[in-house]
Amino acid sequence: MLYIKCPYCGLRAQKEFSYGGDATVKRPNINEEVPSEDWDNFVYMRKSPRGKHIELWQHIAGCRQWIKVQRDTATHEIFQTAKVTEEIR
Amino acid sequence: MQKYSVFSLIKNAFSNHQNWEVAWKDPTPKSEYDVVIIGGGGHGLATAYYLAKEHNIRNVAIIEKGWIGGGNVGRNTTIIRSNFMYDANARFNEFGMDLWRNLSQELNFNVMFSPRGIINLAHSDAQMNAYARRGNSMRLNGIDAKLLDRDEVKKLIPMADFSDEVRFPIFGGLMQPSAGTARHDAVAWGYARQADDMGVDIIQHCEVTGFDVVNGKIKGIRTSRGDIKAKKVGLCVAGSTNILAEKLNMTLPIETHVLQACVSEPVKPLLDGVVTFGAGHFYISQSDKGEMVMGGDLDGYNSYAQRGNLPTIQHVLTGGLALFPFLSRLKMLRTWGGIMDMSMDGSPIIDKTHIEGLYLNCGWCYGGFKSTPVSGWTFAHTIAQDQVHELNSELRLNRFSTGHLLDEKGLGTKTWIG
Repeated sequence: MLYIKCPYCGLRAQKEFSYGGDATVKRPNINEEVPSEDWDNFVYMRKSPRGKHIELWQHIAGCRQWIKVQRDTATHEIFQTAKVTEEIR
Repeated sequence: MQKYSVFSLIKNAFSNHQNWEVAWKDPTPKSEYDVVIIGGGGHGLATAYYLAKEHNIRNVAIIEKGWIGGGNVGRNTTIIRSNFMYDANARFNEFGMDLWRNLSQELNFNVMFSPRGIINLAHSDAQMNAYARRGNSMRLNGIDAKLLDRDEVKKLIPMADFSDEVRFPIFGGLMQPSAGTARHDAVAWGYARQADDMGVDIIQHCEVTGFDVVNGKIKGIRTSRGDIKAKKVGLCVAGSTNILAEKLNMTLPIETHVLQACVSEPVKPLLDGVVTFGAGHFYISQSDKGEMVMGGDLDGYNSYAQRGNLPTIQHVLTGGLALFPFLSRLKMLRTWGGIMDMSMDGSPIIDKTHIEGLYLNCGWCYGGFKSTPVSGWTFAHTIAQDQVHELNSELRLNRFSTGHLLDEKGLGTKTWIG
């Protein structure tokens, strides 16, 4: 069981959360001419690193906020969590 | 090479089985090969075998970080099927079924291919309609498909919950009678033994640390056991695809996730073929030893750990219990995990790359085992001829940018819910 520290609710069990994928993927800007390659990268291409990974989780059975989690994909260790508007360095 | 037969078995019994030939050698890497295959799993070994057999390319090395057959080919739930709706997937896997049917004879190694059928259960009228459609698509591609009503399902799996109180009643199911299971380790070992016999070097405990790419052309690889020159390099590394892609400055439409499976204690013969639950993600078959082999959902977050967490096992088995209440009486023998190269549309990629002489075989999601022979066969063709075969002509990397996706399940790009 992973234990994730929700920035709003504190330490909670993984079962209360829903995964949202890589948090570093940036959507192309709205109202601008976007090359199809950029769309391709945004929609499909993922680094999927082995090691530290910044990802989105939603506290779906709690406060329902989206949060950012920095987690090791090889050991599952969680280093940091933050509100979705905050940066993880 | 010593031929395996009942006579060789009897002959070796007289010497207490002490004098069998080694099944494959343990060579030191040469400095140069025509083709280097990275990854000594089922697909890598099959690729090397078909390169030697079909294309007479025998100066081949398989580079494996661990030991052959230690990854997903030794961790899967051994299901073999071709019950796909899209033409490209159906054709590809049905060609594979033909290879499976003759594999034990071809490899002189009993892979215990046992076509006892797979039943995908339906739990609503809508699901029955969807299965009727899929069954028709399969039959148009020459694959056997049979739509079963509730009574027909009950005859085949009477131990499922057919009571009135059940939350997801069984309406019927779609059956592919020619689907089945095989002994996964034997597939890896059978391919390895034949490939080795034809001159392929199987190099284990050798990690790839980098690639030599000059002017957009592959020249060789760097490994923990020295540099190896190669005219062509094929990647067959499943869950480690992204790690090697990073060394090549490539980004791929793939995420790596962990999938768990589990087996119960062995019981007497109970379940003939493979059954999948249609109201949750759960599938089950019984091994020849009698263990119930079960699996279901991914753990649901990016992972390179070859182990998962208990909540997913609990969740999967909750679905299992809803279908087969008898499972509650069984003890769990073990659980394990493997790492899956989840592609963004759920279908694999077998293609050339923008680097000349570098070939890619990945994106198997959690269905790689069934495609082991056809994956090796088509990948060997792609490498040898430097062009894709008709069978993998739609399994190309550029389908994500051109929009020609093979999204069999239509789940979108959230690979972790696949």
